[in-house]
Amino acid sequence: MQQTMDQFQVGDQIRITKLELDGVMRRRLLDLGFVPGVIVTVFQKSPLGDPIAYQVFQTIIALRKEESSLIYGEKINEEVCIHE
Amino acid sequence: MNKRIALAGNPNTGKSTLFNLLTGLKQHTGNWPGKTVAHAEGELTTEKATYQIIDLPGTYSLYSNSEDEEVARNYIIFEKPALTLVVLDATSIERNLNLALQVMEMTSQVIVCINLIDEARRKGIEIDAKKMSEQLGVPVILLSAREKIGIIQLLKTIDNMMERKITTKPFQIAYSDEIEQKIKQLEPHIKKVFGDDLPTRWIALRLLDNDQSLFDELKSYLGQDKQTSIEKVIYSNKERSYGA
Ligand SMILES: Nc1nc2c(ncn2[C@@H]2O[C@H](COP(=O)(O)OP(=O)(O)OP(=O)(O)O)[C@@H](O)[C@H]2O)c(=O)[nH]1
Ligand SMILES: [Mg+2]
Repeated sequence: MQQTMDQFQVGDQIRITKLELDGVMRRRLLDLGFVPGVIVTVFQKSPLGDPIAYQVFQTIIALRKEESSLIYGEKINEEVCIHE
Repeated sequence: MNKRIALAGNPNTGKSTLFNLLTGLKQHTGNWPGKTVAHAEGELTTEKATYQIIDLPGTYSLYSNSEDEEVARNYIIFEKPALTLVVLDATSIERNLNLALQVMEMTSQVIVCINLIDEARRKGIEIDAKKMSEQLGVPVILLSAREKIGIIQLLKTIDNMMERKITTKPFQIAYSDEIEQKIKQLEPHIKKVFGDDLPTRWIALRLLDNDQSLFDELKSYLGQDKQTSIEKVIYSNKERSYGA
């Protein structure tokens, strides 16, 4: 299910689906590795939940809600279900 | 003859380590004029010649979102080094190729240096330099600036590039038909203003991206009397984008 990047939990692995930003900020995020198709991990949340640090290609990058709420992704590490 | 070699790359890829190895004690450091960004320049002597090496600030991009990126971009575009070594982290090729491809849009005189190869090997990462070189259209060299691996090959490749014994054909990113068409429309206008002085396709792309910081640099590059010519190009670009 597609959600914005600020909605995921620490440890979630997310495949980026789209960026709802334009111009310089969009370019900046793409350059930092937030590219559709790329998988990032939620690394850490600050006590108030903003900013949030993500691991992108082995680099840790913190984003404010302002930006993370405009990047969409889907969680790929579904919790393991135990079937009886 | 211009014997300047620039070192570009993402942060922390070993540019300064390579710079120190190549230049030894023959270097001086300071700041870039008017900037808070560190500047280091040194001398490298090979079997064939003596070159000046410039250590550019590490950046993820050259689209000038920061002073660092502006310094690196302006150096490559306006100071036109004879050769640019793009230093990549062998353990993070995918991220690092972004900058390499940007530099290859700006200049064809590029050597891709894949550094930290020792670290990559420890992690079990194998890199096929020959295949990468075929695909990128420029020399690709595996290096460890720390363990001094690949340095002799790098020096030979530098000499050969400088003597034009190696010709490159940098991989060009193909954009959407719409953008390619706009590039084609803009290129002749840009060429009229800058001739072969600056990379036409790259400038067309920056104009289409509405890069204000570059407009300003282009204007001061042209000087007072010629400023209107670039304004006309920009204006015609905007007409085409927003008009009709
Ligand atoms: N294992 C290994 N480490 C290296 C190599 N080259 C550089 N390093 C290390 O990587 C770190 C960063 O090196 P620098 O030379 O400062 O990197 P830089 O690209 O100049 O960094 P910025 O100027 O901040 O962009 C240092 O700890 C170096 O010792 C290498 O080939 N192998
Ligand atoms: Mg450095």
